[in-house]
Amino acid sequence: MAAVLEVESLSKSFGGIRAVDGVSFAVNEGEILGLIGPNGSGKSTLFNCILGQLVPSSGEVRLDGRAITGRRPCDLNRLGVGRTFQLLQVFSQLSVRENLILAGQEHQGGMWSRLFGPRDAGLGPAAERMIDFFRLSELAAERAGSLSYGQQKLLDVAMAFMAGPRLVLLDEPAGGVNLTMLGDLRERLRAINAESRSTFVVIEHNMEFVMSICTRILVLAEGRIIAEGPPAAVRDDPRVIEAYLGH
Amino acid sequence: MKKALLLLPIVLVAAPYALKPYGIYLLSLWAVMTIAAIGLNLTLGYAGQISLAQASFVGIGAYTAALLTTNGWPLALAFIVAAVLGFTIGWLLGYPALRVAHHYLAFVTLSFGTLVFLVLRNEEWLTKGVYGISGIPRPMILGWSTKAPIDFYFFCLAVLALVSLAAGWLIHSPWGRAFTALRENPVRALSLGVDTRRYTLMAFALGSALGGIAGVLYAPLVQFIEPTAFAVGLSFNLLLMVIVGGSGRFYGPFVGAAVSVLLPEWLRFSQGLYLMIYAIFVMVLLAFFPSGLLGLAESLWPRSSKSRA
Repeated sequence: MAAVLEVESLSKSFGGIRAVDGVSFAVNEGEILGLIGPNGSGKSTLFNCILGQLVPSSGEVRLDGRAITGRRPCDLNRLGVGRTFQLLQVFSQLSVRENLILAGQEHQGGMWSRLFGPRDAGLGPAAERMIDFFRLSELAAERAGSLSYGQQKLLDVAMAFMAGPRLVLLDEPAGGVNLTMLGDLRERLRAINAESRSTFVVIEHNMEFVMSICTRILVLAEGRIIAEGPPAAVRDDPRVIEAYLGH
Repeated sequence: MKKALLLLPIVLVAAPYALKPYGIYLLSLWAVMTIAAIGLNLTLGYAGQISLAQASFVGIGAYTAALLTTNGWPLALAFIVAAVLGFTIGWLLGYPALRVAHHYLAFVTLSFGTLVFLVLRNEEWLTKGVYGISGIPRPMILGWSTKAPIDFYFFCLAVLALVSLAAGWLIHSPWGRAFTALRENPVRALSLGVDTRRYTLMAFALGSALGGIAGVLYAPLVQFIEPTAFAVGLSFNLLLMVIVGGSGRFYGPFVGAAVSVLLPEWLRFSQGLYLMIYAIFVMVLLAFFPSGLLGLAESLWPRSSKSRA
């Protein structure tokens, strides 16, 4: 199976501190990879290096075999890499529908053709489908800022999928979401994964969520990968238990 | 409110017939300042980039018009040259905005405004310095002379109408959405493929081009220009127009420019107190309604529609 994302000997230092220390892994097409580890283990830094938000000190990132290290986030997005953030990042002044159209419009033609083209950038029907899929129909015209936290979280995730990405990196999608909504979110993510063969990497502290959705798990501690494998094996790995519980 | 807006064009067309030349001059000035404020509203209100240099672009436009038309070139050429100059210089002024934000950006643009003022004042070979340029002619348009105040007013109104249509189209296009995203959350916008660098520069370029177009109308309106008209004071005034009217709202510049142009006249009885009354009005308004007069109007008459205007 072809690797969608390959990370090779990636390191990132801040001053004297190596936040990420020679991390290598690959993610195959259609896989849902979990990335777990105690606070400060380097998960978010690793994400930000892959996504062009930070420039890695050394190492390489490849998308479908092509080096993308240090590319700007907007260019990566247009190559098919989507993401969600740890904290909510919807555009509160725009309506739910406008948020979704925005999330896809930069993939539609050139800048000038968008100015003179249709106002919804031809994404009206696609936005409606996404709204239905995430069960936000009744809220479609509401300003995103007036939605509940859980609803905004669903919108946030939906936005990451508007452009039909090959690879999506989700930073704590379950954080702060209630149990009912969490079940919904898991089901939606699984459905997209099955339908479009898009590949996910998920950072998450909610173990139950990670264990139930991921096909494989990487465990990070102090910037290094200390364990890797299917959920059941990782859960019982003594190194993982030690990293989480300390000495 | 929607019905009142439909009446507005009728009122604007009928008004000059009931006014003396000075009243018509003020209405023309309102139209010109509204165009410059619409430009600043794109840069500041929609894209969230503060600029204290809008007066410089009005000045660049006015001097372009004055120099070209007093040398026999048509005003139409001045519109093209000023728009291109405004766009290009505005694009370049946008580069600092990629590195600095908020009050730092305010200072960068303020410095640029001072620089343009000094060029206008000191480069006498080009601008005639403090003596200014007089005798700026009003244009003939396809045989229609705009020499009379009322005719020139209609010309300004026609340009304002065109600019409003273009700005309305832009704001409701995907670009307007990208500008709003840039203002609200540039990091998230970037992760969704929005090239924030290009949109920031574009916001500056378009806003500045409209400043230039306003200047091209300003020169034949007043028929005599000199550098102090385009000093930092006008930039602050334009900034106030955008904020008092309602930053990031389509009709904000129309309302803000009306307040800024007409209020001094209404407060004329107060003589020297006028600026103090204006200052207190602005402080009270912004303390209670940071979204400006249109924000105040919206809270008095809530609209039924839920999405953005």
